[in-house]
Amino acid sequence: MDMQALQAKANQLRGDVLKIVTTAKSGHPGGALGMADLLTALYYKYLRHDPRNPQWEDRDRFVLSNGHTCPILYAILADQGYFDRDELWSFRKLGAMLQGHPSTAWKIPGVEACSGSLGNGLSVALGMAMGAKLAKRDSRIYCFVSDGELQEGQPWEAATAAAHHRVDNLCMMIDWNGCQIDGRVADVMNVGDLAGKFRAFGWNVHEIDGHDYGQIMNAYVSFLAARGSGKPTAIAAHTLLGKGVSFMEDVPKWHHGFLSKEQMEQAFADLGLGSPSA
Amino acid sequence: MMFETKRGTRDAYGETLAELGYHDPRIVVLTADLAGSTKTSDFASAHPDRFYNMGVAEANMIGTAAGLALSGFRPFVSTFAMFATGKVWEQIRQVVAYPKTPVRIVATHAGLTVGEDGASHQMLEDIANMRVLPNMSVIVPSDAVEAAGAIRFVAKHDEGPVYVRLARAAFPVIHDGDQAFEFGKAEILAQGTDVTIAACGLMVSVALEARDELSSDGISAEVINVSTIKPLDRETLLASARKTGVVVTVEEHQIINGLGSAICELLSEELPTPVVRVGVDDRFGQSGNAEELLAHYGLDVSGLVAATKQALMRIVT
Repeated sequence: MDMQALQAKANQLRGDVLKIVTTAKSGHPGGALGMADLLTALYYKYLRHDPRNPQWEDRDRFVLSNGHTCPILYAILADQGYFDRDELWSFRKLGAMLQGHPSTAWKIPGVEACSGSLGNGLSVALGMAMGAKLAKRDSRIYCFVSDGELQEGQPWEAATAAAHHRVDNLCMMIDWNGCQIDGRVADVMNVGDLAGKFRAFGWNVHEIDGHDYGQIMNAYVSFLAARGSGKPTAIAAHTLLGKGVSFMEDVPKWHHGFLSKEQMEQAFADLGLGSPSA
Repeated sequence: MMFETKRGTRDAYGETLAELGYHDPRIVVLTADLAGSTKTSDFASAHPDRFYNMGVAEANMIGTAAGLALSGFRPFVSTFAMFATGKVWEQIRQVVAYPKTPVRIVATHAGLTVGEDGASHQMLEDIANMRVLPNMSVIVPSDAVEAAGAIRFVAKHDEGPVYVRLARAAFPVIHDGDQAFEFGKAEILAQGTDVTIAACGLMVSVALEARDELSSDGISAEVINVSTIKPLDRETLLASARKTGVVVTVEEHQIINGLGSAICELLSEELPTPVVRVGVDDRFGQSGNAEELLAHYGLDVSGLVAATKQALMRIVT
């Protein structure tokens, strides 16, 4: 896929995110929209995986540590054929496969780890990356975390360990949108210069605009080239919460929530998509 | 009954794990700066490429172990019981218990017998923390022989996570060398008719000694080694309670939510039976040597004998 195609795909997936949470009347669309470009580039260009064989041993793996943003992951997995698209409309319903946060306990095809309690995912991804190295598999492990999540202590333990154990097949993307449930990250608990912090921890760091496909692709390619460097990679991506929808962009309250019928019409128009009811 | 030989359950662990490592290339071992104390240093020497020191960072260690398990390895995670089940309970719940990830959490330094380090390190709530988690199994070996057997079992147990509770102190060896550990099976070590003493860990040997003393007073105690606390061997415990009509539980743990609670839950629902729980009664430990501490908290032979007699008086009156 070229940049234009990726961008169009990302907007289509953003539309799915909004339909998922609005059908469920529950969920977290804001971060999901902001992460759509990085995840679209990952899943449609760089990740080596096989939707028909989700347990393929040599696959690359993706761990969504900020698990509440899972509508974007579910939208991608459905679009890629991991499961039937109709599953998307039972998100968060009793007995449905698509749990409120990613779960392997519910055997969601394509989901690699249970997440949702913030701070856990990077450690699990680290273990997967160490496992791939130990098994001499050329498998790369990707993990999304969020800036608010980095207020937890555990990811910094993982950051230290990943550098110490020279885990260069691990790529962490930071959804650096400056928002969290209670407001601005800078006001709630400022996490400061995340790019500088990870550099100080011994990581290769690419600080990018998380909506610029040129920068996104350069960052992923740099990660692939870093194999052998002994350093894990961080893509510190400045993103907009609610990216692509005029009334959601950079508005912290859209961390979670669902849209009215009128808001859905507006959002789909903003995204250049057809009618949301189609 | 006096036991001539003593051996640390952690020593048996270290030796067994290193040996298993030669036969099973999927075994990997993680510790948090406690390789020597947990005896995982034996494995580290024998199989350095499959040993990871994760530093003093237990939360990350649990997640890393889960990731290794998800990559097809068989991880053993070892640190002190305080850290292994207290500091990282949430990580265990989220990435080990909920997804049923086969991570083997083998903790040493549980209980009062940690000794001089005091309350900060004397973990008396680990059985409680682990048995409440869905999908988690809980094993408390009674001596070094059973510890070795338990480790051989859990190495191959890929169905879900297991917690194994080991100690710092050397335990009297009560099993013969060729006796195997049987998962989920309570072991009747001595038959009796008047009272059931259900014990785990170091307290099993204390119970056997108490049985001799009770016997000289004409009391016949049945001693059961409940080395698998979850899943509990309901049949064996119910049959013994039915026979004796009174049960004493004894553990080097809080009486809240440990072995005693597990047995009370079973008996109150299935066969209401008088129970006396012997353990640490809603208190923290303190510094001291191991033997003094056990006596101070009523976890020695005389404490158990007294508690057992009280239990018998309760059913008489």
